[in-house]
Amino acid sequence: MSKREVRLMQGNEACAEAALYAGVKFFAGYPITPATEIMEILSRKLPQVGGVFLQMEDEISSMAAVIGASIGGLKSLTATSGPGFTLKQENIGYAAMVEIPCVIVDVQRGGPSTGLPTLPAQMDVMQARWGTHGDHPIVVLCPSTVYEYYTLTVQAVNFAEMLRTPVIVLSDAIVGHLREKVVLPELGELKIVNRKMTTVAPKDFLPYKADEDGVPPFVNYGTGYRYHITSNNHDEGGFPATNNHQIADSLLRRLHDKVEKRRSEIVITEEIMTEDADVIIFAYGCTARSAYSAVEEARKKGMKVGLIKALTLWPFPFEVLLKYSKQAKHVIVPEMNLGQLAGEVERTLKDCPVKVTRLNRIDGRMITPEQIVSTISEVI
Amino acid sequence: MATHVSEYLRLDKMPHIWCPGCGTGIILGAVVRAIAKLGYKRDDVVVVTGIGCSSRTNAIIDFNTFQTTHGRALSFATGFKMARPEMKVIVITGDGDGSGIGGNHLIHTARRNIDITTILVNNGIYGMTGGQYSPLTPRGCIASTAATGTMEPCFDMCELVKAAGATYVARGTAYHATMLEQLIAKALEHHGFSFVEGIAQCPIGFGRRNNQKTPVDMLNWQKDHAITIAAAAKASPEELAGKFLIGEFVNKEAPEFSDVYWEASRKAQQKVKEAR
Amino acid sequence: MGKYTIKVQPKWCKSCGVCVAFCPKQVLVLDDAGKASVQNLEACIGCRLCEIRCSDFAIEVGGENGE
Repeated sequence: MSKREVRLMQGNEACAEAALYAGVKFFAGYPITPATEIMEILSRKLPQVGGVFLQMEDEISSMAAVIGASIGGLKSLTATSGPGFTLKQENIGYAAMVEIPCVIVDVQRGGPSTGLPTLPAQMDVMQARWGTHGDHPIVVLCPSTVYEYYTLTVQAVNFAEMLRTPVIVLSDAIVGHLREKVVLPELGELKIVNRKMTTVAPKDFLPYKADEDGVPPFVNYGTGYRYHITSNNHDEGGFPATNNHQIADSLLRRLHDKVEKRRSEIVITEEIMTEDADVIIFAYGCTARSAYSAVEEARKKGMKVGLIKALTLWPFPFEVLLKYSKQAKHVIVPEMNLGQLAGEVERTLKDCPVKVTRLNRIDGRMITPEQIVSTISEVI
Repeated sequence: MATHVSEYLRLDKMPHIWCPGCGTGIILGAVVRAIAKLGYKRDDVVVVTGIGCSSRTNAIIDFNTFQTTHGRALSFATGFKMARPEMKVIVITGDGDGSGIGGNHLIHTARRNIDITTILVNNGIYGMTGGQYSPLTPRGCIASTAATGTMEPCFDMCELVKAAGATYVARGTAYHATMLEQLIAKALEHHGFSFVEGIAQCPIGFGRRNNQKTPVDMLNWQKDHAITIAAAAKASPEELAGKFLIGEFVNKEAPEFSDVYWEASRKAQQKVKEAR
Repeated sequence: MGKYTIKVQPKWCKSCGVCVAFCPKQVLVLDDAGKASVQNLEACIGCRLCEIRCSDFAIEVGGENGE
């Protein structure tokens, strides 16, 4: 008999439950709408499972505490929205540079600045990619349903642990506050990944000597391995090497390569009714919901339209677009910003005979299926 | 034979990066000797720093060490301490790192009374970036960003963290290094948030611009201007003019944050068990 | 021989002169290379002030209280 529990769940609740499922034992955060439910739920549940919940004095310290706890060996996560996400950026870069796993959930709302508290938007796509300074690697996952919010949160924790890098779950005020029926996976059903631990003796241990996969094995402090962590450019021993050009080059390239090496695992997309599509809607997050309805509606009218839903935004899923670069004549990119991901789509298809059309909305309201259908009619 | 600091150094990182006569080394020496005297195992000690001259301390000492972002060491340390409550967590910070960019975290960490020992190396200047005035630069002093003297008053960090709720607060100087070592030892043994300010000389970034031409001049200044709390109690207002206090300002018991947290967590877990 | 030993690591010493200035018995001098150097070990009283005020960890005082 299946032990799967069926629940009517809010998106942010699914995220919190998924964090626990994935083995998250530490959360630090600061109140911000529309993300606060995640911390409210974890404030009750983490102490019940022997985990740690901290409400910190600000967004910056929340991010710092999350990384500190992960250095302490715990799977760690925080949740915020645009303004808080901005404040967290410096420490996200720290986590990328020192290769400490952590997950940041950004429940997007309209910006810039305080913007539209708290109407939905998808304006943090580029902040998620390039918010912190420097050429850093990042993985960004984007749910469009409550169930996806659950599974992608689990994946985010897995990817963070596997790659030793920060992973962003980029949801939005719609998916965060939406209530949907969810069939929860039972324990053991979804894969859980723990960070790789070293197998060498303390005297031979180099904290930043990577394996073939580009990821250095971790070891906990207090177990005979005393080592240094610094976000200065550092050598394999973990010590500053700020005047060494060769080390600077190889370290940054490795940080990117370790993500690229796992591309096929990390880049998640869905192709819906695309087999014969002349027109492809490339959508993500809450907008993918409208896009799905629009595709159904257009099909009823006899238009050959399909949907590519990007669940991974970064690394950008160019493969799936190139797959349709000969078949499709049009790609429509609806998004609740002024074309942050459309630019990547255009870049991917620049040498292909495909016309890319942008459909943007930035007034705090969802792009409707009707708007998308009407754009389809215009391009055909 | 007394422990020499070199027993706790990562010898391949020596000589260190600080300028000749820098006070940071003297204060780090006091920290290391206090740890040695208390007999802590190296594996059990974690030293967390931020950015600045004082934050380069932990790269050269043989403990578990991590350097974080500017001003945030205490927040990283708070997360770490909650993850690994059995470990001895020490934060070494500076006046810019700890009272400027990280000031908010300092007062909140003090308020929480989490069992972290903070050593604030106060040299009254941003040394690493070349001598800009900090929130702890005394008013009127010359800095690279205050050609005619700073116009802002400075914090009294011990009073600040005391008001914020720290349960151990003390101040020493590089000149009074033996006393400083004793204060640090007491801070390390204190259960709760402990704070020790160490007045340090920055001969290059501060002294040269402020009529204290050598490290020796600067240490003499500390000798002449520091007065113990006990001596100050008997001194006249004239004798106290221009002086600063050294010694122990606060040493009290209060519920420690992680104790309170884990007790609540234990109860929550018990409740869940009973509900099953 | 005096009761104490003083070891100096010239490679670590940065010639700040603090040890020389504050030695109560004028045991130390800066040598021609500017490094701390023992001149009058006989006078050393083992107070270790040179060691604990050395920013560079370059001085080690031994002896008397059991090696």
